[in-house]
Formats: sequence, structure tokens, C-alpha cells
Amino acid sequence: MSQRTRFALKTAVWEACLLPLALLVYRFQTDALGANPIEYVTRTLGDWTLRILLASLSMTPLRLLFGISWPMSLRRLLGLFAFFYVCLHFSVWIVVDHFFDWEQLIADVFKRPYITVGVLALTLLVPLAATSTTRMVKWLGGATWRRLHKLVYVAAVLGVLHYVWLAKKGVVDPFIYAGVLGVLLGIRLWDWARRLATRRWHHAETESVIRRLLADGG
Amino acid sequence: MLIRHAPDIKSSEITGFRLYLNRRSFLMGAAALALAPSRPAAAAPPTGQSLKATRHEAFAVPDPPTKFESVTTYNNFYEFGVNKDDPARLAHLLKPRPWTVQVDGHVARPKTYDIDELIRLFPLEERVYRLRCVEGWSMVIPWIGFPLASLIKRVEPTGKAGFVEFTTLLDPEQFPGQRKGLFGFSLDWPYVEGLRLDEALHPLTLLTVGMYGQVLPNQDGAPVRAVVPWKYGFKSAKSIVRIRVVSEQPKTAWEKAAPHEYGFYSNVNPTVDHPRWSQATERRIGEFRRRKTLMFNGYADQVASLYAGMDLRKYF
Repeated sequence: MSQRTRFALKTAVWEACLLPLALLVYRFQTDALGANPIEYVTRTLGDWTLRILLASLSMTPLRLLFGISWPMSLRRLLGLFAFFYVCLHFSVWIVVDHFFDWEQLIADVFKRPYITVGVLALTLLVPLAATSTTRMVKWLGGATWRRLHKLVYVAAVLGVLHYVWLAKKGVVDPFIYAGVLGVLLGIRLWDWARRLATRRWHHAETESVIRRLLADGG
Repeated sequence: MLIRHAPDIKSSEITGFRLYLNRRSFLMGAAALALAPSRPAAAAPPTGQSLKATRHEAFAVPDPPTKFESVTTYNNFYEFGVNKDDPARLAHLLKPRPWTVQVDGHVARPKTYDIDELIRLFPLEERVYRLRCVEGWSMVIPWIGFPLASLIKRVEPTGKAGFVEFTTLLDPEQFPGQRKGLFGFSLDWPYVEGLRLDEALHPLTLLTVGMYGQVLPNQDGAPVRAVVPWKYGFKSAKSIVRIRVVSEQPKTAWEKAAPHEYGFYSNVNPTVDHPRWSQATERRIGEFRRRKTLMFNGYADQVASLYAGMDLRKYF
């Protein structure tokens, strides 16, 4: 892929990821956030956190399924945007929804399972965002960095669980997110099992060749 | 029963509806977001068919009424769909005429009333009540209706009467939320709600046919609904087709769906949390800061005696 295409692609991702926020600001200014604006803003920011996080988790499966590598260059950008939206989501909850009522906020974190897993998911994303720069990848070393960034799977599962547990009966969206996440993780699992099997087969093959050679020699 | 005239209830303190519409609500707090927005004032005034009623000051809270626009666009009415904007979007599907309400069960004079006959049966009153949703938001609504007690007494409950059961219309043609969805689940239709007989006969319990000086909009439970202001909103059945006086405690729709979350009583109670969230505070629609939820939604003086000696944690 040419430098120019890559630039265009990244610009498109920037625009797509900033669009939901721009829409919220526009709705705020035109008084179109509905009867319960705080609830609407919180929910919208949470929705986009999950959507962008799932998008970032779709890049590797695209490579695995279709053998294309360019999506990999968008992983970091998408991951950082997911982190950006979750920070906004969390800030609105603290500042606008509860207006720094720390006593209530902290009690809720420990008492309400959906908030517990939500805060946990956010916490897990912090070290990932902090080690997202190329310099940090080098400093940590590729293997360590990759191991650390497996935390994103845990964060995604907790994030979806957060939505499943808070949603009222009859709302299907959280289960759609859960289904998509299941597929994305499933593809990785399938790839992992496939590679393991190939490696085993290679081992067995090598072994039998050696054995045959030894037998011939003897 | 004695209805106390609370000292804070004065008609002069009630902000007029039109005046309220012009208020720049919610914004002062949101301005903290530092995006000085230009906001056009006010929604359109109510356009529905007007309905005459005598204002009953003893039953009017001093809080300013919620914007009519909010009360008609932000609804929980699962018969239309699970989202708050589904009812307003799909309300046109409901046909509130012709309509009948069957009143039967353990009564001496069961009768099926035509809705227009029912509306003329008793003098209509306007009452400004708080409405607290179990989800943690609230509104203030000027309802129009008459005490449910008037109707119940008219059909003469027998000695076996213990509870009153309300049934909402079952018709997936008019209520798309009742259709079988892709994922099957929602509630067990038709929607059934219930009250203890003494709760149903309480002077605060209103059989409601209008609001804001006009006929009840479809998305708010047309043509007739219950309003029980000291209980969470879902206890106030909408679009009622049957009122049955029974001896056993009715099995309500939400109790069937999630018995550990939605009890039969469901009285507004800041000290008994929903299993998943706190009920200590609420957001009044149109306001920025949360406010403390009041015991029995502020109607403790009138209704607390109904529950004397009851463990409200157990009977939530």
C-alpha cells in the first residue's frame, strides 16, 4: 500500500471516529439531546466505546481470514479512540451525572457489579494506552508488549458484560455486542488451534523422517 | 381518610405551563461544559384535543410541571418498544376509539363501560403529581381524571374483594412491542398490574384520561390509565381494557419477568435499592443536578399508614 493510500485511510478513520462526538456536540447546541440529555450522552459515549473497541479487535481477524495486512496499521488508532470515548463516558458519569459525589460514586463501584466491571475494563485499558507509542513498544520488547496487550481481550469481555448487566430486559444491543466479540475472539482461537495443529504435524513429520533415516542407517 | 393540606402547596407557586416552556431549562448546569450554545426558546404548545377539568389544589405539588414535549417523547411503554422514543414514534398505531373498559370480578354490579361514558361518569379533576420511574428519573405532570375509588365503589365490591387487577390492551397490530421479535423475549403479554384494594381506593389513586389540559396522548397510555403517584411508574397501568376486583394478589407483568427486581408493592423508597442500582437519588427531567428521592415519592403523609408495620425491604 502506498504512503498516500495509508494516509487517506488513517484520515478516514479519524473522521469516522470523531463523527459521533461531533454529532453529540451538534445535538447539544441545537437542544436535540432529548428529554434526558445526560443519560443520552452517557449511553451514546458508551455505545461508541464498545463499537470502536470491537472495530480495533476486528483488524487481526481481517488479516487471518483474508490475508490482508493493511488493517493492522489501524489497530493502534482505533484502540486509542476506544480509550478516548471510554474516558469521556467515565468523565460524564463522574462530573455531569453525579457531580463529584465521590461517596456515592465509590460506593457504586463496589456495590453495583455492572459498574465494577466497567471501571475494571477502563483500568485495564490505561496501561495499553500508555504503552501504545512506538518507543514504548521498543522499550518493552515485542514479546512483552504483545503479552501485555492481550489484556484488551479481558477489557472487551468486561466492557460487554458491563452493558449486559446494566441493560433492562428486552434490550438486545448488548447481546449483539457479545455475539460480535464472540466471533472476533473465536476467529483468534481457531487460528491458534490451527497453528498448534500445524506445528504438531511438522514435529511428527520431522520425527518420522529422522526415525526412517536412523533405521536406514542401521 | 384525611388528606393533609401540606403547607407548601399553593397554587400561586405553580409555574404556568407556558411560562415554563419558555424557561431555559437544564442549561445552567450544562453550561459547565463550556460550549455556549444558542438555544431557541420553547417547544410548541400542546395541540391535542382539549379536555376541561377542575383543578384540585389539594392534589397539586408545588414543583413546576415537566415540559409537555418531554412527557410525550420520553416514555417507557413496552407495548410500543423497549426504547424511550419508540412510544412517540409508533403512537399513531394505537386506536383509542372505540374503546371499552370491562369492570368485573368480585363486584355486585359488573359492567363494561364505553370510554366516552366512563369519562362523563364523574367530574374530571386536574391534579399535579410527581412521577418517579424505577430507572431513576422523575417528572411532574398535571393529570386529568377522577379517583379510581369512585368507579370501584360504583360497581360495589363484595366481601371477597382484596385486590384490583388492571389489564392493558393485547393487540400486536396496535402494539408492535407485543409481536414476537427475533430474540423472542420481552414481557408476558398482556401487561397486568395490580393494587391492594385499599391502595386502589386511596384518594390519590387516579383513573386518568388526560394531561396538560388535553386528552391523554397515545404514548402516555390513552385512552385511560391508572396513576399511582407514590409507586414507581410501571405500577400505573396504561391503555386499560379491564379492571377486575379479585381476592388473590395479582401476578404482575414485571414481577413475572424479574421477581427479584420488581415487587408487587414497588413503592418509591430511597432506602430500598433496586438490586442493580441505587434508588436514593433521581434526575428530574429538565433539571441538571440529581435530587434526593423522597419516601413514597413525597406522599408519605398520605400513604405511609397503608404500610404500617410492614417490612418494606421484604415487601418491596
